[in-house]
Amino acid sequence: MFDFLEGYDLLGAFWVTVQLTFWSALGSLVWGTLLAAMRVGPVPLMRAFGTAYVTVVRNIPLTVIIVFTSLGLFQTLGISLGADRFTTINFRLAVLGLTAYTSAFVCEALRSGINTVPLGQVEAARAIGLSFPQILRIIVLPQAFRSVVGPLTNVLIALTKNTTVAAAIGVAEAALLMREMIENEAQLILVSAVFAFGFICLTLPTGLLLGRLAKKVAVKR
Amino acid sequence: MPVPEGSVPDDGDALVVLRGVDKHFGTLHVLQSIDLTIRRGEVVVVIGPSGSGKSTLCRAINRLETIDGGEIRIDGRPLPAEGRELARLRADVGMVFQSFNLFAHKTVLDNVTLGQIKVRKKDRRSAEERARSLLDRVGVAAQADKYPAQLSGGQQQRVAIARALAMDPKVMLFDEPTSALDPEMINEVLEVMRQLARDGMTMVVVTHEMGFARSAANRVVFMADGRIVEETTPEEFFGNPRSERAKDFLSKILHH
Ligand SMILES: Nc1ncnc2c1ncn2[C@@H]1O[C@H](COP(=O)(O)OP(=O)(O)OP(=O)(O)O)[C@@H](O)[C@H]1O
Ligand SMILES: [Mg+2]
Repeated sequence: MFDFLEGYDLLGAFWVTVQLTFWSALGSLVWGTLLAAMRVGPVPLMRAFGTAYVTVVRNIPLTVIIVFTSLGLFQTLGISLGADRFTTINFRLAVLGLTAYTSAFVCEALRSGINTVPLGQVEAARAIGLSFPQILRIIVLPQAFRSVVGPLTNVLIALTKNTTVAAAIGVAEAALLMREMIENEAQLILVSAVFAFGFICLTLPTGLLLGRLAKKVAVKR
Repeated sequence: MPVPEGSVPDDGDALVVLRGVDKHFGTLHVLQSIDLTIRRGEVVVVIGPSGSGKSTLCRAINRLETIDGGEIRIDGRPLPAEGRELARLRADVGMVFQSFNLFAHKTVLDNVTLGQIKVRKKDRRSAEERARSLLDRVGVAAQADKYPAQLSGGQQQRVAIARALAMDPKVMLFDEPTSALDPEMINEVLEVMRQLARDGMTMVVVTHEMGFARSAANRVVFMADGRIVEETTPEEFFGNPRSERAKDFLSKILHH
């Protein structure tokens, strides 16, 4: 029944999906945190930048961003992110695009977490002489992260599924392989089901695991 | 401003000096040319009706609130505008809030060591040693490894006092430290504050606790509508208030 799978590197394709997800998650966690820091910080220029970034990026379709990294950054500006093989270049461009996009959502999730930290704690921290970066790093962000593990999990799951857009610029992840198989094989529904199952295998455990983590790290008030 | 004899500020020993301090919130003039001098070792109780500007006064002294005019000096130095310099000065001014404001994700011990390590740059061992002795002093040594949410309000406020003391502040500000507490816990906090006063700490205390004012204060400052209306000894203030505002205020809180 599953003969049609023969000759295709299904695991390899999903492995690329995992890698795309991993690097983009890491990147958007870092960049999203920086954006959130800018948005709550005391410097007006940074606040404005953070707000503008989130507003613009959230409202552009991901496909447009991903295609732009390839057509705009690479083919027009020649930015290849230090790689020389096409597959590596496209992979890195996709990570860049996914990071740029997802970090806007990480920033917003994190900002709602920052708002759950009572202002009084920030004032107490100022009163003992901590600087703004110290207060953010030691008092605010740790509590903010703990309160948004749930929302961040949703962002991560969305990101996992969004990696399929990378197929648009030829990254050999799961969706690209699926397209190829649909063209070549007769079992359309089975092919789709296999890939759907593959994604569920990735996202379901993530959701369960992080759901437990969320309960464990919640700050008691 | 009526300044009775005996409490005329001796500027040689002045620790906190406010000169013509003005503060607005929009059109609201919350501090109106406040002059106040607090000498080393002095305990000043600030009292007054709700909205008179007591909290704003406290917050202005360690610059949690900016001021629009006048000058505030701590130990002879004017309050710096921003940055590192300001942070250092803030560390010299301890502050205790009505709502405790302990760091919820840190243990009691970490609450008290944090400032010592990150601001005073002490090593962890000596910071912990100092923290434990302070927690012992305020009577919550047994709670060192718990989280704030596991403590009673009175215990949390005593931890907050220990956290402020850990910075070795020159002066401690208390903004209604017992107002959020259940009645049976008020005394344990006031007792810690009395002990501090006896040990010679310079203190500014916003409170409506008459008992504390009578037993521990050197001076009572009565505020109304953003001004200091009366400034005198506790005996004078409670026994023989001069202004109508003070008489009115006292009759209200004493008959409640
Ligand atoms: N951040 C703020 N923005 C606008 N108005 C404020 C702000 N903080 C305080 N006020 C106003 O300033 C006035 C003085 O407030 P403040 O908190 O200093 O009074 P208070 O004497 O401490 O009163 P209470 O006894 O109720 O604590 C009040 O009318 C208050 O509403
Ligand atoms: Mg107040």
